[in-house]
Amino acid sequence: MSDLTRRTAAELSGLLASGEVSAVEVARAHLDRIAAVDGDVHAFLHTATESALADAAAVDAARAAGEQLPTLAGVPIAVKDVMTTQGQPTTAGSKMLEGWVPPYDATVVKNLRQARLVLLGKTNMDEFAMGSSTEHSAYGPTRNPWDLNRIPGGSGGGSAAALAAFEAPLATGTDTGGSIRQPASVTGTVGVKPTYGAVSRYGLIAMASSLDQAGPCARTVLDAALLHEVMAGHDPLDSTSLKDGYPDVVAAAREGARNGIAGLKIGVIRELHGGDGGYQAGVLARFDESLELLTKAGAEIVEVSCPSFTSALAAYYLIMPSEASSNLAKFDAMRYGLRVGPQGVEAPSAEQVMAATRAAGFGDEVKRRIILGTYALSSGYYDAYYGSAQKVRTLIQRDFAAAFAQADVLVSPTSPTTAFQLGAKLDDPLSMYLQDVATIPANLAGVPGMSLPSGLADEDGLPAGIQLLAPAQADDRLYRVGAALESLLNDGWGGSILDKAPKTLEATK
Amino acid sequence: MTTSLSQFAEVLDYDEALAKFDPVLGLEVHVELNTNTKMFCGCSTVFGAEPNTQVCPVCLGLPGALPVLNATGLESAIRIGLALNCSIAQWCRFARKNYFYPDMPKNFQTSQYDEPIAFDGYLDVELEDGETFRVQIERAHMEEDTGKSLHIGGSTGRIQGAEYSLVDYNRAGIPLIEIVTKPITGAGERAPEVARAYVAALRELLKALKVSDVKMEQGSMRCDVNASLRIRAQDQDAVKLGTRTETKNVNSLRSVERAVKYEISRQAAVLVDGGTITQETRHWHEDTGITTSGRPKSDADDYRYFPEPDLVPIAPDTAWVEELRGTLPEPPALRRRRLQGEWGFSDKEMRDLYNAGAVELVESTVAAGASPAAARKWWTGELARLANLAEKPLAEMPVTPAQIAQLQALVDGGKLTDTLARQALEGVLAGEGDPEQVVEKRGLVVVSDDGALGEAVDRAIEANPGIADKIRAGKVQAAGALIGAVMKEMRGKADAARVRELVIERLAPDTDA
Repeated sequence: MSDLTRRTAAELSGLLASGEVSAVEVARAHLDRIAAVDGDVHAFLHTATESALADAAAVDAARAAGEQLPTLAGVPIAVKDVMTTQGQPTTAGSKMLEGWVPPYDATVVKNLRQARLVLLGKTNMDEFAMGSSTEHSAYGPTRNPWDLNRIPGGSGGGSAAALAAFEAPLATGTDTGGSIRQPASVTGTVGVKPTYGAVSRYGLIAMASSLDQAGPCARTVLDAALLHEVMAGHDPLDSTSLKDGYPDVVAAAREGARNGIAGLKIGVIRELHGGDGGYQAGVLARFDESLELLTKAGAEIVEVSCPSFTSALAAYYLIMPSEASSNLAKFDAMRYGLRVGPQGVEAPSAEQVMAATRAAGFGDEVKRRIILGTYALSSGYYDAYYGSAQKVRTLIQRDFAAAFAQADVLVSPTSPTTAFQLGAKLDDPLSMYLQDVATIPANLAGVPGMSLPSGLADEDGLPAGIQLLAPAQADDRLYRVGAALESLLNDGWGGSILDKAPKTLEATK
Repeated sequence: MTTSLSQFAEVLDYDEALAKFDPVLGLEVHVELNTNTKMFCGCSTVFGAEPNTQVCPVCLGLPGALPVLNATGLESAIRIGLALNCSIAQWCRFARKNYFYPDMPKNFQTSQYDEPIAFDGYLDVELEDGETFRVQIERAHMEEDTGKSLHIGGSTGRIQGAEYSLVDYNRAGIPLIEIVTKPITGAGERAPEVARAYVAALRELLKALKVSDVKMEQGSMRCDVNASLRIRAQDQDAVKLGTRTETKNVNSLRSVERAVKYEISRQAAVLVDGGTITQETRHWHEDTGITTSGRPKSDADDYRYFPEPDLVPIAPDTAWVEELRGTLPEPPALRRRRLQGEWGFSDKEMRDLYNAGAVELVESTVAAGASPAAARKWWTGELARLANLAEKPLAEMPVTPAQIAQLQALVDGGKLTDTLARQALEGVLAGEGDPEQVVEKRGLVVVSDDGALGEAVDRAIEANPGIADKIRAGKVQAAGALIGAVMKEMRGKADAARVRELVIERLAPDTDA
């Protein structure tokens, strides 16, 4: 079957279960695709060819032996390199961890293995998940399959690009301020940040602990739900892991696609509706069209106001670097990873080795955030910066609570623009940060969010995304509304939006 | 070593120092809890294991690893807080204390900062003269221990001069409780004694709670001594506190007392000289009994504390806290008073017992069948003397209370004289077995056979004609010398009472002995 890489995870699951294809065939098709296109895309930092084929063969053997297998058994997946994988390198996109092979699996990875998914390899990302373009990876940028001169979003650009380039049907991501949703938006894929605590953080190399959240990346809402179900669940190894409140997201996705959304109240967030510029016209046009489709399908649209959202970006850029500065302190050349001796020093002290290593091992963006965070936490500034930011966080939570009293889900464009040119914002950190203006409030409040494609912007023909937000532990609403909207949009496009991607990759091969 | 003789001259006579200044103390005691597993992971906490064999991704701080609070550690912390008469926080959090050190895996210590689990308590401390001094407790908070650096190649074991350093992370993540006093004022010249008595009382309390091994020499209980001086004045409380120094890791009760005394004398000398005290940490030197300057420490040390986002806040259920209150043992001071009544000891006898660390030993000895008086005599007499010679705490002498009770039973049964009993104890301490076995092996049997004793008495009379004449003349109290001679000849194995009877029978038959 020549088009295995074009199949959704749900379709592959069916083909595998019925025995029409073997897991080895599916794995090999994706590994071949990676070999063919990843030289251009650079979605992967490490491809686990041998272990992937072995895992796939084991699934085939188990199925042949009549074992009852989980739904996604034998379906390939790409794993963001921020998640520890026993026996496979994990770098978090940093020179600091080049060649490090963790002795343990992240809980998410353990869950994937238990569900018998086939791990294809580790995907590229901004160093320690800091960035919105994957240009801050120490191993070079990932390119957007829609246009190889453009960014695939960040920090999970590798995972999103792997999906858009048909190198993998599923991928994992982590979202601290939008790192799952914004890449999904600019690559025409689906990305979900679950409720904070719904997916274990154990084994995720931390950027900002109170904001980090792992979630699924897929090409369809149903596929995201299937993966969400595997990733989520209580983990005794993570103190912040939720003990209950795991709604059935797969059922919700099926229900949304089947029965639509009549009677649902959808809130448009006034502050994220492009009022004060910065939003690309084509992005807003596709967003408004989506609202019309939802209205026609029987949903009621209401406008809600979340005034403190205008301070979200500022609060985020105090809390995130504060926590990051502390989380990254462990990279000190003492136990693992890079060690660099200072130049021209006879018997360097521990501090000198630490300083030289950090100077050599951390990229500019990482250094920038460590310095920001160290400053924000320092005595005398703590109250003014970190303390105030935490207060804003409380206000944002209140805004959400008020908005959810008026609407079942909230919506906004995911990212203000489509994919920008590689290098365009590299020297302008602030404008890079603005990419996440709409996604950040969800992280500060811990509520779940989803991005799905809303169409192509007229100016550049590139994908735009719509963001759905739901109250904490009501992740199922995202899947219900998302699946309904996806099916309405697909009806209009005559299929998946990825079918509209220019054949850039085929042309180069 | 950076000490020099000149520093000995830089102290003021203690009484002189006290005449001019009022000492203020602050004691910070770190206690390692005896939980089976570490504070935030499932690793074993057994002391003395091969380096780096009790570690996992969490306590090594590997990328991605996360802490989970040890429920038993929290329970111990709350019980300690309750026993120290503290309020227990209804809601509190851990914080990160950020600083760099190679033996600290994450380069931050997970600790409690402005939200301790227990706060505002006190501990009543008994001094040697029986007076009670109340030490106010500021807080008791939870934190994790760090690893241990071993500096190899130098002569001192310190980092200076070492060729390289190794780090053992077995200790990293072991649960610690830090108990901090409020400034201890009003102790005056007794400040060193109060400091010692406080640490001793705290140790006794923690032992009774069974939450820690409280072994100062193994570091499972460590004391940092803060001391400062203020000028003597009419209204002492109106005088501002002086600059303090913090003497780190003082690891015995005696050293706590000596370190306080030394710092008072040293600081007084500096102040009298017109100098100023620098706020700094200081090292204690057990051998020379002095402190030396460590690193400067200012209030501006910036640990960039912030709430630990990897751990959920702690909100202990009130009913549970009350349930834990019910598990508290009888307070050691009350218990001592009860035992004193039961045993019929005088205040002084009981205090001596406590100061010798022998209350529990006597209790166990009595439980094993000895009379309280006999048990006390053994532990504060012969055993205290031997422990002193061996420079060991009483509790570490290689003899059990049961063995002492057995020894006393042999004496009471007339099978051993006091002298023989001491010889039997010697054998027990030398590892020759239980008292009965030692008696057997060494042939320590009392000779009460009149034939053998009579012959020895006759020989003694013959060898000491002068003494014999005195007795014949009615000075019966002189018999002691002859009894001594007989005992010497029989190497202590003679029944002394029978010897006395035989002497008197022969020399002063008319006297009622």
